Amino acid sequence: MGENREMAQDRRSLLKTAAAAAIAPALGAGLAGLPGRARAQAANTLRIGVLNDQSGVYREISGPGSVACVRQAIQDSGITQRGVNVEVVFADHQNKADVGSTVARQWIDRDGVDVIVDVPNSAVALAVNAVVREKNKAYFNSTGATTDLTGAQCSPNTVHWTYDTYMLAKSTGGAMVKTGGDSWFFITADYAFGHALERDTSKFVQAAGGKVLGNVRHPLQSTDFSSYLLQAQQSRAKVIGLANAGTDTINSVKQAAEFGVTRRGTKIAVLLMFINDVHSLGLNAAQGLVCTESFYWDLNDRTRAFTNRVKGAMGGNYPAMSHAGCYASVLHYLKAVGDMGVAAAKASGAEAVARMKAMPTDDDCFGAGRIREDGRKLHPVYLFEVKKPEESKGAWDYYKVLQTSSADEAWRPLAEGGCSLVRS
Amino acid sequence: MLEEILFQLELGLPQIVLGLVNGAFYALLSLGLAVIFGMLNVINFAHGAQFMMGAFVAWMLLNWVGIGYWPALVLSPLIVGAFGVLIEKTMISRLYKLDHLYGLLLTFGLALIIEGIFRNEFGSSGLPYSPPAALGGPPVDLGFMFLPKYRLWVVVAALAMSLATWLVIEKTRLGAYLRAATENAALVQAFGVNVPRMVTLTYAAGVALAAFAGVLAAPIYSVNPQMGSSLIIVVFAVVVIGGMGSILGSVLTGFGLGLVEGLTKVFYPEASSTVIFVIMAIVLLARPAGLFGRA
Repeated sequence: MGENREMAQDRRSLLKTAAAAAIAPALGAGLAGLPGRARAQAANTLRIGVLNDQSGVYREISGPGSVACVRQAIQDSGITQRGVNVEVVFADHQNKADVGSTVARQWIDRDGVDVIVDVPNSAVALAVNAVVREKNKAYFNSTGATTDLTGAQCSPNTVHWTYDTYMLAKSTGGAMVKTGGDSWFFITADYAFGHALERDTSKFVQAAGGKVLGNVRHPLQSTDFSSYLLQAQQSRAKVIGLANAGTDTINSVKQAAEFGVTRRGTKIAVLLMFINDVHSLGLNAAQGLVCTESFYWDLNDRTRAFTNRVKGAMGGNYPAMSHAGCYASVLHYLKAVGDMGVAAAKASGAEAVARMKAMPTDDDCFGAGRIREDGRKLHPVYLFEVKKPEESKGAWDYYKVLQTSSADEAWRPLAEGGCSLVRS
Repeated sequence: MLEEILFQLELGLPQIVLGLVNGAFYALLSLGLAVIFGMLNVINFAHGAQFMMGAFVAWMLLNWVGIGYWPALVLSPLIVGAFGVLIEKTMISRLYKLDHLYGLLLTFGLALIIEGIFRNEFGSSGLPYSPPAALGGPPVDLGFMFLPKYRLWVVVAALAMSLATWLVIEKTRLGAYLRAATENAALVQAFGVNVPRMVTLTYAAGVALAAFAGVLAAPIYSVNPQMGSSLIIVVFAVVVIGGMGSILGSVLTGFGLGLVEGLTKVFYPEASSTVIFVIMAIVLLARPAGLFGRA
């Protein structure tokens, strides 16, 4: 009997430990960076929450780099010199929609957060979108890809800043067909983001007179892609389209190089790639790849100046377009706040976003642009080719520009999105 | 009809070869786990992290010290194995008298800490590591497919290492001591064998096997902190299917499941990450001790 109780006790404490271990990250995330004293709702204090992946596959393209960029935006805006306090908090959503929306709720209800920024992973991005709208705060998504943020689920509280699946598909897909890549095979990550990217790209390929010969869908975070690459080769398609992201893309490209896929004339179209992925692959494996981004640190004097300012705080990483979007969106928000006053901006996120839409944007990363009524930020989009090792003059010198799409032609036309905010 | 079969064969043959390559990793990793569990009764959840460390140490040797792939294939397992000695001496050895669960929790915690440290230092998107010059270059034409030389080497190296481990444990005096100590440690100690030291070295050997697999994997997969955690769950399933602690079982099961997974990728790719667990469930229902385990 005594032994039984001991065992039961043991098991219970084991269960408790396990449960605590499971909950701890989420709780810790909610509290991260928030000093206990910061409860008083000082009327002239703005609180910005950076919600992203701090520990998983998207850490490099969001993570601490986004926090550094938001801090840089606050500094560059000069708003603190005018007596406005701006605090930054951040948390890890672990790529889980439920964790993301829980943190967003806690931040807004308990910690007085006014703005949520970044939010990679389309599933989490959409979950947070709903919470922010319900609470009437402001939401600038930089690293999520789904066009639903400005389509079926568009919101007056949301700006989708940096990129989306439509613009990637149009730029990369369109360009590949133009240069003779008229038959495609897709290797697609088997979740909402991959499906959307494949669907959008197929549309552009077919519209340009190309054919889609087949596809294969792999589970998220696979390690071995050789089997899929072989199936793609057997289809005799001229282009293998990679509709995946992060380490999945890196492993696909690395193994395509290993199997000599491109040596026999097949082209690889990486539909979503960030400069940090190129860094991780190395130029040997990545050379010749074509990809689309809306920012590159070495584009012009302004992007270089921005990169020099923020680089020191990024721990050896360079800013990707996703980081640049965090910077630019917060900078523009703070301009709008300077215009309308802190009290009004805190009172209604929708009002603040409306003010942002009314003002033209201008920043070092994306140049001049504007925010459309459905929440889509408009700026030029670049098609890059990864340099050969001998062309690269030093660390992070990776891209050359192949094509520039103007803000007017790069994005999904307003009428096609089906956003309810758009008056027809 | 014949044409149909030939066509299926043409599709299937390359996948069988690729399945063998993946199976090689499963076999090496589950071998290390089986050695550690068989001799120490510890479920080493840090195995994936140690596999990852093997790859990272190879990368560090190359980029910080300028030591290439071939020496790293020996040095990296030694370095990571030494780390295993440290862990066994300071932590795991205190848990032998307690339930299995404590060892599992400890090593699981260690895995999380190690991965966290590497993620903090090196980020999560991974580092490049090229195959050695002798095994680079154009893929070999096998008639039905092109296979990179490096992958061929992986299968050969894994098979040789598995065979060597099996020989040491089953056919040498040292192996006999080990197996005897598993049955009755006190008695073996009474014969003058230093059992605690032997146990420490066994753990180190298991860890070194993981690191060896890590170095093999570095040129194929992205060298990143989570590369181990995505493999380790599958490897545990392999060990369970093969029978906990069975050396030969884990090697055969490793290669076999690599094959099954490879074929699934052709006929129903969406299920490729789950097929192994389905097999595990079936095996556990039919033969709870595993295919090669003693009940």
